Amino acid sequence: MKIPLKVMFLKNFFLIELFQGMWLTLKYMYLKKKVTLAYPYEKGPLSPRFRGEHALRRYPNGEERCIACKLCEAICPAQAITIESEEREDGSRRTTRYDIDMTKCIYCGLCEEACPVDAIVEGPNFEFATETREELYYNKDKLLSNGDRWEVEIANRLEQDAQYR
Amino acid sequence: MVSIDLNNFWSSAFQDLLVLVGYILLILVGLVLAVSYLTLAERKVLAAIQIRVGPNVVGWFGLLQPFADGLKLIHKETIIPTRANPFLFILAPILTFSLSLSAWAVIPFGEGWVISNINVGILYLFAISSLGVYGIIMAGWASNSRYAFLGALRSAAQMVSYEVSIGLVLIAVILTAGSLNLTEIVEAQKGLWFIIPHLPMAVIFMISALAETNRAPFDLPEAESELVTGYNVEYSSMTFALFFLGEYANMILMSAMGSILFLGGWLPPFDIVPFTWVPGIVWFSLKISVLLFVFLWVRATFPRYRYDQLMRLGWKVFLPFTLFWVVLTSGVLVTFNLYPGS
Repeated sequence: MKIPLKVMFLKNFFLIELFQGMWLTLKYMYLKKKVTLAYPYEKGPLSPRFRGEHALRRYPNGEERCIACKLCEAICPAQAITIESEEREDGSRRTTRYDIDMTKCIYCGLCEEACPVDAIVEGPNFEFATETREELYYNKDKLLSNGDRWEVEIANRLEQDAQYR
Repeated sequence: MVSIDLNNFWSSAFQDLLVLVGYILLILVGLVLAVSYLTLAERKVLAAIQIRVGPNVVGWFGLLQPFADGLKLIHKETIIPTRANPFLFILAPILTFSLSLSAWAVIPFGEGWVISNINVGILYLFAISSLGVYGIIMAGWASNSRYAFLGALRSAAQMVSYEVSIGLVLIAVILTAGSLNLTEIVEAQKGLWFIIPHLPMAVIFMISALAETNRAPFDLPEAESELVTGYNVEYSSMTFALFFLGEYANMILMSAMGSILFLGGWLPPFDIVPFTWVPGIVWFSLKISVLLFVFLWVRATFPRYRYDQLMRLGWKVFLPFTLFWVVLTSGVLVTFNLYPGS
């Protein structure tokens, strides 16, 4: 639609469209509900598939799940996982070393998918920033303690997601 | 021989001086406080318009945020670039800040509440606000940095252009008031604020004030996205804080000018009982606050003008229109024998 020149001139002269814009922002100021999330105190919803900080899980009897098959190490595209294993006294194969370099990790979740026993998982925690780089070189102890700390949430998430797997 | 009691003379002069210094300190502290809370108000208003909450962690509703910001700025290091001219580099923010403060000497806060009631108050204000551009040019030149220099150039051109239209707006008001004295200009608005007969001038004054104080949508000298804040890019710590304070003090000054020229200064909106009970300074601060809100509101609404659009608006729209309005005003005043003092 072509606006006649006279109308256009009057519109410009009386700043009609500018005042319309200002009316709009004023309405936003008084009528709209605020969308702010007070982050450290409030948090947004997380999907059960959210890929956060890694954790090594245990069986309910306290035995660690990982059987040192090294599938996660093999599939890791960033080569962030290092595993060494030995035979334990009871004849089972277990890891002696399970390191994840969190500075290399790209949080793709392939380790979690490759794991045949649901041992390595990416949990819901995303607030693990540190002050030094060294603190991000996770070893087996750190990963197992993560598993103990987040087990309830992790089990819940796995259960919710199981029907889609 | 007439004996002059010198002792008495000196003590009374000293007392006058002391009282004057007291007034000045009062205005200074009030102004710095006003500026710091204006920064908070700006962040709150912008947040509200963008449906956010804004600063709310430091103190109740973030009321201590300005002090936290100020403290942070003060204990940072003052960096003087190696290629800068140190003398001018330090002088520029001092100049900007002291100019923005000295303008307040002639502003009447209420009936007779003025430090220096000079007869050419409006000229003084105009001169001081024009001098403000020197601080910015000096900063841009002394920094010896491309961004700063570009920002300073833009700012100089912009402020000079819009001063022309502000000057003509002032003339229209002066014609109707019949005086250059700010107190008398306010007195002349008893019964009818100048915003009613001079509405287009009030709008033009407001827009020119935006350009004069380098505020959005005329913030080309700062233009974060292209000039990384322009003339003050090399400044840090207190030198930056002085620029910041000066800029915001200028905003408040422009709002004060707007309320004196068009909104009747300290006068209540209606000259009847419940309104006249409120002291003049409250009305004056209320009017300033409303105009300041418009500053922030405009910033939240409009995108930045392009440089050629800015120049076109100043020289090809505002200048002819204000000139026409001055002629019209004087014509009406003479024809209907309305000019003051007739």
